[in-house]
Amino acid sequence: MNIEKNTVSKNRMIENIFSKFFFLSAVISIMSLVVIIIFVFVKGIPAIIEIGLMDFIFGKLWRPSSNDFGILPMILGSIYATIGALLIGVPIGILTAIYISEIASKQIRKMIIPMVELLAGIPSVIYGFFGLIVIVPLIDQTFKNGGNSLLAAMIILGIMILPTIINISDTSLRAVPKEYRENSIALGASKMQTIFKVVLPAAKSGVLTAVVLGIGRAIGETMAVILVAGNSPQIPFSIFNRFRSMTANIAIEMGYAFGLHQEALFATGVVLFVFIIILNLGLNLFIRKVSD
Amino acid sequence: MLLKNFKERVIYYLIIFSTLVTVGILLWIFIFIVKNGILHLNLKFLLSNYSGDETGIFPMIINTLIVIASTIMIAVPIGVSTAIYLTEYAENGRIILVVRFAVELLAGIPSIIYGLFGMVLFVTILNFNWSILSGTLTLGIMILPVIIRTTEEALISVPKEYREGSLSLGVSKIRTIIKVILPSAKSGILTGIILAMGRVSGETAAVYLTVGMVPRIAKSFLESGRTLSVHMYLLAKEGISFEEAYATATVLLLITLILNQMVKVVSRNEMN
Repeated sequence: MNIEKNTVSKNRMIENIFSKFFFLSAVISIMSLVVIIIFVFVKGIPAIIEIGLMDFIFGKLWRPSSNDFGILPMILGSIYATIGALLIGVPIGILTAIYISEIASKQIRKMIIPMVELLAGIPSVIYGFFGLIVIVPLIDQTFKNGGNSLLAAMIILGIMILPTIINISDTSLRAVPKEYRENSIALGASKMQTIFKVVLPAAKSGVLTAVVLGIGRAIGETMAVILVAGNSPQIPFSIFNRFRSMTANIAIEMGYAFGLHQEALFATGVVLFVFIIILNLGLNLFIRKVSD
Repeated sequence: MLLKNFKERVIYYLIIFSTLVTVGILLWIFIFIVKNGILHLNLKFLLSNYSGDETGIFPMIINTLIVIASTIMIAVPIGVSTAIYLTEYAENGRIILVVRFAVELLAGIPSIIYGLFGMVLFVTILNFNWSILSGTLTLGIMILPVIIRTTEEALISVPKEYREGSLSLGVSKIRTIIKVILPSAKSGILTGIILAMGRVSGETAAVYLTVGMVPRIAKSFLESGRTLSVHMYLLAKEGISFEEAYATATVLLLITLILNQMVKVVSRNEMN
């Protein structure tokens, strides 16, 4: 009797310890995010105050040696490169997703999906290397601009966001109920009309999620961009100019920066972080609106 | 397929063209790099050090393996436990929402920001310097979202009857989780772990800022050690040797390929 009681209370204790551990893990996950935000912001905000928010964000001159810390060229560089990547990656990605979910036979689908997964698994530094030895010389031969350019980064980032766009679009296209397609065809619509007027609109929130995640990947990419961008901290006036992204600004100078210069790099991280947070919140709001 | 008119035909060909571009780019990258890299890829390159006359990548391979193993050991228990908490324990909807939102945001943070964070907290404030330890802790947080999400998905797809059946036999909740639920979610969890391994082996920016780039095997967790992708980056950036760069890139692609196959094997087991 006593022994039984003991095992019962022992079991309860084990149960208790485990459930506490699971809860603690969940708390660690939340705290990780909080701690990251705090450290990056605490290290970056003083620089923004010292430099002045306006001078920092809208300053066109980045010259740490003479205390000029304007990151407008990097902000614009990141935005332009991301837009270019979207112009390349979104249409190709969505059309590929349409092919594998709506048109391809089962066998072809089974062949292409692993390839897309492989594309997703390639390390970004390999994309950068490929850009450096293939895309950059190609651009240089065609336009005689040295090759390192906004265009090169747009192409490489466009390729890098493809798997994200394809995967998520494909999943959401396949989640559209079969009846939609059948009804549309029964009403006399053609296959293409059905795809573009019925299926794609029904999958809209998934496709939008794909695009937003693609933006996140493009704007946050560092090494691949550094290898093809040329990295001069100037506002690019055409796609053939060299440029520097926010991420590249941090990675290139972090190694040797100290004092205000180092803090200004953290502040660059803060701006990048704010972009990411706005993107995520915007997407969440949109999805909530769509599902309502 | 019946295409009604010229416009439809154009759209159809655009779809085919896009798919060919996607497939073509993958083949182009693989063939170009492997074709150029395989020539330089020999045992001497794989097994010698990187110092003096030697230009091997042995230290980088070992460091990469160390970083992968230690990161997985830290992140998997926490990630899996978080997922268990979310699916099996949490009753308060608000806590679930907060954890989910945190995980989503963690997944969206660019790796360079993880690098910055790791540099302030682990490298500087906690004074671990550029070391395996700093990198492991930073990357551990970075891969949490992958592990939490895949585990959660796998746990959710375990049929309810398993839980009910086990509980009704008088088995305690924790035993049910360990003996019934986790085993049936095994392949999903493994997939998450392999994906996380891929993320760690390919990561450059965060590793560069936390583990550093000393091209020697790290002898302790408090030593710096260059990983393969950081090595790859330095070779490409400094233009030191394109032969070495191609060969290192080939090794990285092989790792990608192997991890990819592992995912396939694991998920095939699930179907049987």
